Amino acid sequence: MKRLAVALTLAVIALFMASLLVGPAGVGLSESLSALFRGDGGPLTLVMREIRLPRALLAVMIGASLGLAGAAMQGYLRNPLAEPGLIGVSGSAAFGAVLAIHTGLSAAFALGLPLMALAGALLGVLLVMLLAGPGGTSLTLILAGIAVSSLAGSLTSLVLNLSPNPFAANEIVFWMMGSLADRSMAHVWLALPLMLVGWGLLALLGRGLDALTLGEDAAEAMGVGLRGLRLKLVIGTACVVGAGTAVAGAIGFVGLVVPHILRPLVGARPSRLLWASTLGGAAMVLAADIAVRVVLPARDLKLGVLTALVGAPLFLHLILKQRRERI
Amino acid sequence: MVRRAARCISAFRRASEILRSGPHHAAALTALLSWASPAASGDAAPMRVASMNLCTDQLAMLIAQQGQLHSVSYLASDPRSSAMADKAAGYVENHGLAEEIYLMQPDLVIAGQYSTQATTAMLRRLGIPVEVFPPATSLEDVRARILRMGDILHRQVQARELVAEFDARLGHLRQQVTQRPEAVLYYANGYTSGDSTLAGQILLAAGFENATTRAGYGAGARLPLEVLVMTIPDIVITSRPYPGASRSEAMLDHPAVRAFRTGRAGATMTDHDWVCGTPYVLRAIEELAETRRAITGETR
Repeated sequence: MKRLAVALTLAVIALFMASLLVGPAGVGLSESLSALFRGDGGPLTLVMREIRLPRALLAVMIGASLGLAGAAMQGYLRNPLAEPGLIGVSGSAAFGAVLAIHTGLSAAFALGLPLMALAGALLGVLLVMLLAGPGGTSLTLILAGIAVSSLAGSLTSLVLNLSPNPFAANEIVFWMMGSLADRSMAHVWLALPLMLVGWGLLALLGRGLDALTLGEDAAEAMGVGLRGLRLKLVIGTACVVGAGTAVAGAIGFVGLVVPHILRPLVGARPSRLLWASTLGGAAMVLAADIAVRVVLPARDLKLGVLTALVGAPLFLHLILKQRRERI
Repeated sequence: MVRRAARCISAFRRASEILRSGPHHAAALTALLSWASPAASGDAAPMRVASMNLCTDQLAMLIAQQGQLHSVSYLASDPRSSAMADKAAGYVENHGLAEEIYLMQPDLVIAGQYSTQATTAMLRRLGIPVEVFPPATSLEDVRARILRMGDILHRQVQARELVAEFDARLGHLRQQVTQRPEAVLYYANGYTSGDSTLAGQILLAAGFENATTRAGYGAGARLPLEVLVMTIPDIVITSRPYPGASRSEAMLDHPAVRAFRTGRAGATMTDHDWVCGTPYVLRAIEELAETRRAITGETR
């Protein structure tokens, strides 16, 4: 267990450094690091501190959030298909963010953007939980997710199409696929407070989720308050997904892929899967964000394209596996 | 053949109606004359023209005779993108839809290369001739577009006058450039224009060097923020934001851009003079040359 933690931490650190060093400006390793730490006020310092550092930080924060939220939702719903992007939480967070930007709320009040995204995510989580609670089958969960995400997606498109700004309609792609290009420290500060709250709430779920593997009655007998657990899960997920989506758009499949890969390595214990998926998610988004810059440097390839290329086949595999098990 | 003859007859009928109506007889006479003389396209002068592209709208408004141009696109009356918004109010507005344009019964439609292909194909099927203008990417293109519009509208004299005036003003602007500061054009979403674009040519004509040429950019392309910062130009010329918010434009306000622009000259583009290959590009060049003189301390 300790070995896994060390390996994941090292992977995150290595990828974080790589993320700082990859970019179209093409600067040497020692040069860029000295510009980052010493800061001579030259253009390279500006590149390192204002462009690459926020990008790498956001990749870690958002990846960790998505991995953690995925692991927590799967633990609670006891369903490996639960994932914030697939079940429409990211989509409804994006709708909240788009509303905040295009009503002018985010311009009037800086925290308006993440808070509206939080409200959107909260609505999305609640809807899905109501439609497909712990008793529901995978089928109802996925159906509810499809309904919520397509509704949120079409409302997002509607708002963007109604905007007087000619660029707004093209941004539908950003909100559906997500990107970390040209984000700034302002976005880091905007997302961090809500994420901290969310991480705190979700980290507390470990014991309850472990107990829940024995069934709801057993968990209650062990003194786990299911209502409290659910409340923490809903608010925590909405906080992390909302804050992340507000600044980087909806990035799908991270919360599906990472817990799936790590589950056998932690002995399928939800409490351990929480921290493992947090680190794994950070590593996955960092790697994906490096890949978009290396594969098509001039094109602003969206992050969600890469995560979906990895995630969608896995998703199909999981569905097939579930079908086989039922027979 | 039959269709062409019918068009000749209808043009003749329209011209004679105008003649009978009196006050416009000079214009009608020109129409008749150009109809009688062998023109470039070999047809009679079109007398009910619809333009469905912002740039052809403006060229047509500059060159057409009174009553010849019937409709222009709705963009032509948007002061943000059109240099002739006031004048466009005098024409019927179209939205580039095949149905509405067909119902106007034009005898010629002028479209841009990027107008919806489905629309122009449909209009052609319905028997309306469509002339397609590719966008201008150089000042030489601007001259060529003016002359072509003159041919199409059978107004060669006016077009040649316009070109002569254009050449004279441009020649005057190109004189006396001693220092050429480096500039970068930077738009929403981080796009830039290199030397092989109209905006890039405007920049050069105003006496600037394009700093992105060094970085290997020729056409329009996305210029990553870090490359912009590392290029260190003397001036960054940005587009003017549209109403309503967008992420695409928010990046012009990125802390790196802001930090980089403090202590440097900046300028914004007046879109309506920059986007189309019309004589109004000269106004953009004049404005920009003024900015250059302010940077270099040159006097006229």
